[in-house]
Amino acid sequence: LAPWVPVVGLEIHAQISSNSKLFSASQVQFAAPPNSLVSFFDASLPGTLPVLNRRCVEAAVMTGLALNCSINKRSLFDRKHYFYADLPAGYQITQQRVPIAVNGSLSYSLCIDNKMSQMVTRTVRIKQIQLEQDSGKSLHDDTRSQTLVDLNRAGVGLMEVVMEPDMCCGEEAAAAVRELQLILQTLGSSQAVMAEGQLRVDANVSVHHPGEPYGVRTEVKNINSIRFLAKAVDYEIQRQIEELENGRTILNETRAFDSKLGCTVPMRDKEGEQDYRFMPEPNLPPLILYDAESLPANMDHQQVVNIDWIHERLPDLPSVKRAKLVEQYGILPEHSFTLLNEDGLMEFFENTVKQTQMKPRKVIGWILNDLLSYLKKHSLTVKESPVSSLLLGDLLNLLERKDITAAAAKQVLAELWKGEGKSPLEIIKEKKLELIQDHKELEQICQAVIDGHENEVIMVVLG
Amino acid sequence: VSPEPGSPQVAAALKAGRVTPTELCQRCLALIRSTGFLNAYITVAEETALKQAEESEERYRRGQTLGVLDGIPVSVKDNFSTAGIETTCASSMLKGYISPYNATVVQKLLDQGAVLLGKTNLDEFAMGSGSTDGVFGPVRNPWSYSRQYKEKSVSKSHSEDEESNWVITGGSSGGSAAAVSSFTCFAALGSDTGGSTRNPAAHCGVVGLKPTYGLISRHGLIPLVNSMDVPGILTRCVDDAAVMLGSLAGHDPKDSTTVQDNFGPFELPDLTDVSKLSIGIPKEYNAPGLSSEILALWSKAADLFKNAGAKVIEVSLPHTRYSIVCYHVLCTAEVASNMARFDGLEYGHRSDMNESTESMYAATRREGFNDVVRGRILSGNYFLLKQNYENYFVKAQKVRRLIFNDFVKVFRGGVDILLTPTTLSDAVPYMEFIKEDNRTRSAQDDILTQAANMAGLPAINVPTALSERGLPIGLQFIGRSFQEKQLLTVAKWFEKQVKFPMIELEAVKRLDDGVFQHQKSAFS
Repeated sequence: LAPWVPVVGLEIHAQISSNSKLFSASQVQFAAPPNSLVSFFDASLPGTLPVLNRRCVEAAVMTGLALNCSINKRSLFDRKHYFYADLPAGYQITQQRVPIAVNGSLSYSLCIDNKMSQMVTRTVRIKQIQLEQDSGKSLHDDTRSQTLVDLNRAGVGLMEVVMEPDMCCGEEAAAAVRELQLILQTLGSSQAVMAEGQLRVDANVSVHHPGEPYGVRTEVKNINSIRFLAKAVDYEIQRQIEELENGRTILNETRAFDSKLGCTVPMRDKEGEQDYRFMPEPNLPPLILYDAESLPANMDHQQVVNIDWIHERLPDLPSVKRAKLVEQYGILPEHSFTLLNEDGLMEFFENTVKQTQMKPRKVIGWILNDLLSYLKKHSLTVKESPVSSLLLGDLLNLLERKDITAAAAKQVLAELWKGEGKSPLEIIKEKKLELIQDHKELEQICQAVIDGHENEVIMVVLG
Repeated sequence: VSPEPGSPQVAAALKAGRVTPTELCQRCLALIRSTGFLNAYITVAEETALKQAEESEERYRRGQTLGVLDGIPVSVKDNFSTAGIETTCASSMLKGYISPYNATVVQKLLDQGAVLLGKTNLDEFAMGSGSTDGVFGPVRNPWSYSRQYKEKSVSKSHSEDEESNWVITGGSSGGSAAAVSSFTCFAALGSDTGGSTRNPAAHCGVVGLKPTYGLISRHGLIPLVNSMDVPGILTRCVDDAAVMLGSLAGHDPKDSTTVQDNFGPFELPDLTDVSKLSIGIPKEYNAPGLSSEILALWSKAADLFKNAGAKVIEVSLPHTRYSIVCYHVLCTAEVASNMARFDGLEYGHRSDMNESTESMYAATRREGFNDVVRGRILSGNYFLLKQNYENYFVKAQKVRRLIFNDFVKVFRGGVDILLTPTTLSDAVPYMEFIKEDNRTRSAQDDILTQAANMAGLPAINVPTALSERGLPIGLQFIGRSFQEKQLLTVAKWFEKQVKFPMIELEAVKRLDDGVFQHQKSAFS
C-alpha cells in the first residue's frame, strides 16, 4: 500500500483580552447574566455605527510581531454576510481583503517517542492574522422548541490566526497550539483559555499520496481542548485514509468532533457552499498604522498606533524565556519546556532556587518529578500546591546540608503534602529521620542490631 | 408676492417676547392639524413638543437661552432615531419601534433648545423619488393646494379634480419638504443618498442642502447607502440652512466617517460682487427628458451670473451618463447588507411564523418590507455573489472613482461652483407618477442629483421660479468638498436675485399673523 501524507492546517480564533468590545463600548466579561453586556450597536439597532477599539488593534499588532509577521500599515474591514440567530446584524465585520498581519511563522517543539529526552523543533507558517467580531451564543431548547439567544459575546474582539497546512499529525497540531497559547498569554493579548472559549481551534485535514496533489479537505470543529485537538486530527486522518483505501471519496464538508465517542461526525447539513457576499465595511475607513519612520512629526501619539513603539515593549516570548532558563540555571531544554508548560511552575522553580543552596540542576528534579507528579495526581494547579516554594526550599536545604538523606526527604515531602502546617524540621524530628552524624551513636545502634540478631550474625560469619 | 417688509423674524420675535415658544409651538401644531391632508407627518409629538416649548420659554424668561435655535419648531424625517418617539422609516418592519437613543443630529438640535414637532413621512426606508411608497401613504405637495397652482389648473378648482390632481412632493424626504413648505415648522431634517433632500426641495419650493459627506454625523440615521447617505437640511431660505448647518456639523466620535477637522459655524456674507466667481455649466446635465421650461430657466440663471460679471463656462462631466447604473449596483448592494439586520429577533416586526428560525426570518422580512425594498435586496445580493462581485461591485466602484474625478478635474480647472437643474420637470400629479414603477422613476429622477452623492460633494437646491403650471422649479448648485460657505454664499446671492414667490396656502393664511415669514431667515 502506498504511503499517505496527512496535511493539517489550523484556523484559530483567540478572544482579545480587552475591557470592551471590538467596535463598541460594552464590557467583555465571561459568564455574565445573559444579555447584560449588550450595547445598541451589539444588538444591531438601526442607525448604530462601529467605532474601532484601539486596544484590540494593539493586541493584534503585538501578536503579529510575536509571530514574525509583516504588519500591514494599511488594512481594511469587510462584511461577511450570513443569517444566524447569534449574528444580529446579519453580517460579521472581519478583515477579508487585507488583514492586519501576514506571512509569519511559529516555532514549536515536540518530543520524539514520548520521552522528554529528545525534542525536535518544527515551524509552521502563519498565513495571516485578522481582526473580527465574535458572535453571540445560541442555545437550542428542544423541549420547548425554542432557541435562546445571548448576545453578551456578540462583538467581542477576535484575532483569527491562520496556520498553513504545514503540520502532519495531531501531536504537531497540539504542540503548535500550545505554543501559540503560551505566546498569547505572555503577551497578554488573549488569555487563551480554551475551556472559557477564549481560544477556539478548527482543523483542516486532508491526505494524499506523495507526489500527488493535495486531497479534498474536511474542516473539523467543536474541539474543546488541546488534548482533543490531537485526538480529533488523528482520528480524521485515519478516517480519511480508510475511506480512500476502500475506494470511497472524501466530501469537502465540516465535521464535528464528538469527544465522548472520540470520532468526527458530519455537522448539520449546510446545503451546499455558503456565499458570504463579502463587501467592504463602509462605516470604517482603512486602518492606518504607523512606525517610527512614517509617524508624522506633530501627530498626537495618543491618536495613533505605532508599531515600533509596541515592538520595543514586547515581553520575552516563551522561546526566549526557555533559552534564558537553560542558560541561567544549567537545566536541560526539555526541562524548560515543562517549566513553561505549567502555569506558575517557572516562578515556583525560580523561587525555590532562591531559597536553597542546592544547585538548580538538582532542584529541577524535585520540581519536575516530585512536585509536578504530585500535582498531576491530585489535579492541582501550581497555585493550589499545599507545598510552597519556601517550604520546598527549606527541605532541600536540609538535604543539601546532609541532615537527611534523599529518601528521608521524600518521606518528609509526602508528609508536607498533607498540608497540616508542619515544618520540615518538625516532621523530621517526629519521624526521627535525621541523619545521624555521631559515630558513637551509630556504633551503639549497630551493636544493638547485632546483639538482637545472634542467629543471623552466626550465619553471616560462617559465610 | 414678497414678504411683508418690517415684519419680525421668528428668532428675533422670540427674543423680544413678541411671541412665546409655546405660542409658536401651538400654532405649528394647529397648522399640522389643519394641513393633515398633506400626510406630511407620521408622528406628531404634541406632548413632548409642548414640554420642550415650555422649557424654552422658561429659558427666555431667565435670559438663559441655549442659542439661536432655542424655541424653534423643527421636524425630523422618520428615518432618524428619536428616543422615546416612534421611528418607522415608513415601513411595517419598524411599526411601533421606539429607539432608546437619539441620532446625533437630533440630539444636537435638542441640546440647543429646538422644539421637535414630529417625524415626517417618506418613501419606505428612503427608497424612492416620490414619497409615495411608504406604509402610511403618499405625501401631497402643498403647492397642489396653492392659489398659484389652482389658478393654472385646467379644470378650475373642481373639488373632485383637486382630489385627483394633487401633485407629488418628490422624494424621499417629501414629508420634511412639505412640512417646511407649508409652514408647519421652520426647518426640517431630511436625508440625501441620491437626491432625496434636493429633489423634494425643488418640487416643494424650499431650500434643500446636501452637505459634504463626512461633515455631519450619520449616527442614528437609519442607513440606506452608508457610503453616500448624508443628513439633509430643508429650510425656507439659504440663511436658515447655514444656521442649521452650523448647529449640526462637526466630528462625531460615534461616526468614524466624519472628518476630524475642526468645523466652525459661519455667518453668510452678503455677496454683492460676483465678478471673481467662475460658474460651470456641465453640458451632460442637459439630460434626456429635461423639460424645455427648466432648460430655459437654467439658461436664464446662467445669464444672470454672466450679466452680473461672473465667469460662466460650459464644462464636461463625461461619466455622468454612467452614474445611474453605477448607483444602482452600489446602492442595492449596500441595501442588501444594511437590511440584513431586520430579522424580527431583536426589535421591530416579528412574524407569527415560528416553525424554525429560518422560516421566521423569511416570513418577517416578506411581511415587513415592501416590494421596493425586497427588490433592491435581491438585486444587491445578486451583485455581491462571489461570481458577480468583480464584474458588478468592483466595476461600479471604479466607475464611481471616474465620476468623482470628473468633478475634481473641473474644480481644478478653476470652476468654483456648478449650476445645474435639480429635477427634469416640475412635480407631476400622483396619478401620473404611479403609472411607472419605483425603480423606473428613481432611475429617471435621480439623474441630476445623484452624481453629487457619488462624489461626496455638497449641493443645494434653491427655489427659482414657478412653472407654467404654477409649481416650483429649483436649480442646483454643486460645490467643492467642505466648501459649504462658498456654496451657500453663492446660493444666497442667487436666491436674492430670483425672489421666489411665497406659497399662497389657505390654511397658512388663516394662521398667519406675520410670524411666518418666507425668504426671511427664521434665525436672524
